Amino acid sequence: MNDIFKGMKPTRRSFLRGAAAASVGAAAGGAARASSDPAFAEIQPWMQELGDPVDAAPYGMPSEFEAHVQRKTVYWLTADPISSINFTPLHELDGIITPNGLCFERHHSGAAHVDPALHRLMINGLVDRELVFTMEDLMRFPRENHVYFLECAANSGMEWRGSQLNGCQFTHGMIHNVMYTGIPLRLLLAEAGIQTAGKWLLAEGADAAGMTRSIPMEKALDDCLVAFKMNGEALRVEQGYPLRLVVPGWEGNMWVKWLRRLEVGDEPWHHREETSKYTDLLADGKARRFTWEMDAKSVITNPSPQAPLTHGAGPTVLSGLAWSGRGTIPRVDVTLDGGKNWHQARMSGPSLSKSMHRFYFEFDWNGQPLLLQSRAHDSTGYVQPTKNALRELRGTNSIYHNNGIQTWHVKKTGEAENVEVS
Amino acid sequence: MSRFPDVLKALAAATLIAPAAFAQDAAEAPEGGFGLGREATTEEVAMWDIDIRPDGKGLPVGSGSVELGEEIWSYNCAHCHGDFAEGIDRWPVLAGGEGTLSDDRPVKTIGSYWPYLSTVYDYVYRAMPFGYSQSLSPDDVYAITAYLLYSNYIVEDDFVLSNENFSEIAMPNEENFFMDDRAETELPQFTAEPCMTDCKEQVEITAHATVLDVTPEDGGEGGGGGID
Repeated sequence: MNDIFKGMKPTRRSFLRGAAAASVGAAAGGAARASSDPAFAEIQPWMQELGDPVDAAPYGMPSEFEAHVQRKTVYWLTADPISSINFTPLHELDGIITPNGLCFERHHSGAAHVDPALHRLMINGLVDRELVFTMEDLMRFPRENHVYFLECAANSGMEWRGSQLNGCQFTHGMIHNVMYTGIPLRLLLAEAGIQTAGKWLLAEGADAAGMTRSIPMEKALDDCLVAFKMNGEALRVEQGYPLRLVVPGWEGNMWVKWLRRLEVGDEPWHHREETSKYTDLLADGKARRFTWEMDAKSVITNPSPQAPLTHGAGPTVLSGLAWSGRGTIPRVDVTLDGGKNWHQARMSGPSLSKSMHRFYFEFDWNGQPLLLQSRAHDSTGYVQPTKNALRELRGTNSIYHNNGIQTWHVKKTGEAENVEVS
Repeated sequence: MSRFPDVLKALAAATLIAPAAFAQDAAEAPEGGFGLGREATTEEVAMWDIDIRPDGKGLPVGSGSVELGEEIWSYNCAHCHGDFAEGIDRWPVLAGGEGTLSDDRPVKTIGSYWPYLSTVYDYVYRAMPFGYSQSLSPDDVYAITAYLLYSNYIVEDDFVLSNENFSEIAMPNEENFFMDDRAETELPQFTAEPCMTDCKEQVEITAHATVLDVTPEDGGEGGGGGID
């Protein structure tokens, strides 16, 4: 748009700008501004001058004052940044929906840039008709909209041996919660016709890792989606554009991105991501396999090590997130004293099955140290356990599925640290 | 006098009682399906369906020796995994670790941990080498798989792996995997109504993150346990 006006002198915009600059001088020379609050000390430029034109950012970005709100990696976790992970800044977010650009990333051979015109979804194996769909074909199937959390099974995996990372972004940030638009997987499978021997499904990605996972048919026919939108817009590249599998409530690794193939079989495949990885090694050297469901979990996002209390004693908002792979979260308990006494938090916002839930606990901080914890209850009656209760059952070598209660030690200064308590 | 009829007031009251209104009508398919998509050709399925199962289903015809595997390995794999599959930097260690699974720091390798040999073939054939996937021939992958068996002391140096003898190889740790049993072993224990008041007399801090100091902003060198 701006180009059209180039060469026309003066443009209406440049004229208005000039007028605005002139009036700054006029105002400054006028009445003295009497306030010790810098917000009142002078007329701020945004109060006087014109803002951006409508097309300054054809795809809008957050305010420059929010530039610190970013996904972050922990560089020593993985061998390189290609087969790696970064973390959602949970302490900067509120409500239950994760903005698309802040959803944590986990790739095994980098984020593939797939041309949708050359993307195909194949269904093969124990089906009546082996089929190939274009993206255009898929857009003609009925769609559903659902909000689900996706949590990496390794979320909090660095904390098995004790407090390690200072910040809920790092201890709990391998999770995001978005609204998916997608085709119920059962409709696609019905189109191919599942044979009676077909009890398992192999989902495969189109990236160079060719990510594969075995999924029991019962789950595939229950609530899985083949999704192409997240929060209303196309999937982000790093979330599997143009097509990903949604496996509600189950570990994130199964939500195959860049989904290109679904094979129906009579047995599981026991591929790399379900044998050498994503199996839970217990203290006795034996390992659980197929630990698909994510146990109920919660974390206080504010205050937390990256989000200290800066306001001193007085009214204080404690906030956090809770979720369960088995249903909703009707209740979260919060303690300020390391578990001596608990209080029911206030749930706020949509309570959807296998979605994040937001909770608040408002209190009058006396300025003394706090030991904050939250404890989720899910709709099956499951109560989030302590980390030590999990260690007693599993040891400390599991890596995956650490849903133990998190403790933040808030000091008198308002700074917070990741600790564990007796 | 209210501008709103009583029926709207009643509706508003009902909404207050049951505020959650998330429409979830299931999408349905017509009898016989939609007829969308097209039949995959046999060739198309063969190009994409390259996965292997523990029972050997999917294995291509072919073979490869430990000797050839060592050569292919040195060019394609050793850069990250080391000459003897011992792993370089934080790249996966693929050999050794026998008897360490119940140690404080278990070493999970193909020999010490992986339950099935088919997983090695399947993964290497589809996803390796890192950054040049699907560039190896079936015979190359048999050879690399044979070399990994040799590196883990499961076969001798004159061994030749093929689709014929593949299923005869049993991995040492296969029996130590079991199906998720949390429903029986954990859920009953974690469903009790918890204590709400006067639950503990004393609370002591038993661990601090600042002791390890590995959070990225702090520039820590780190590494108290990885994610995989």
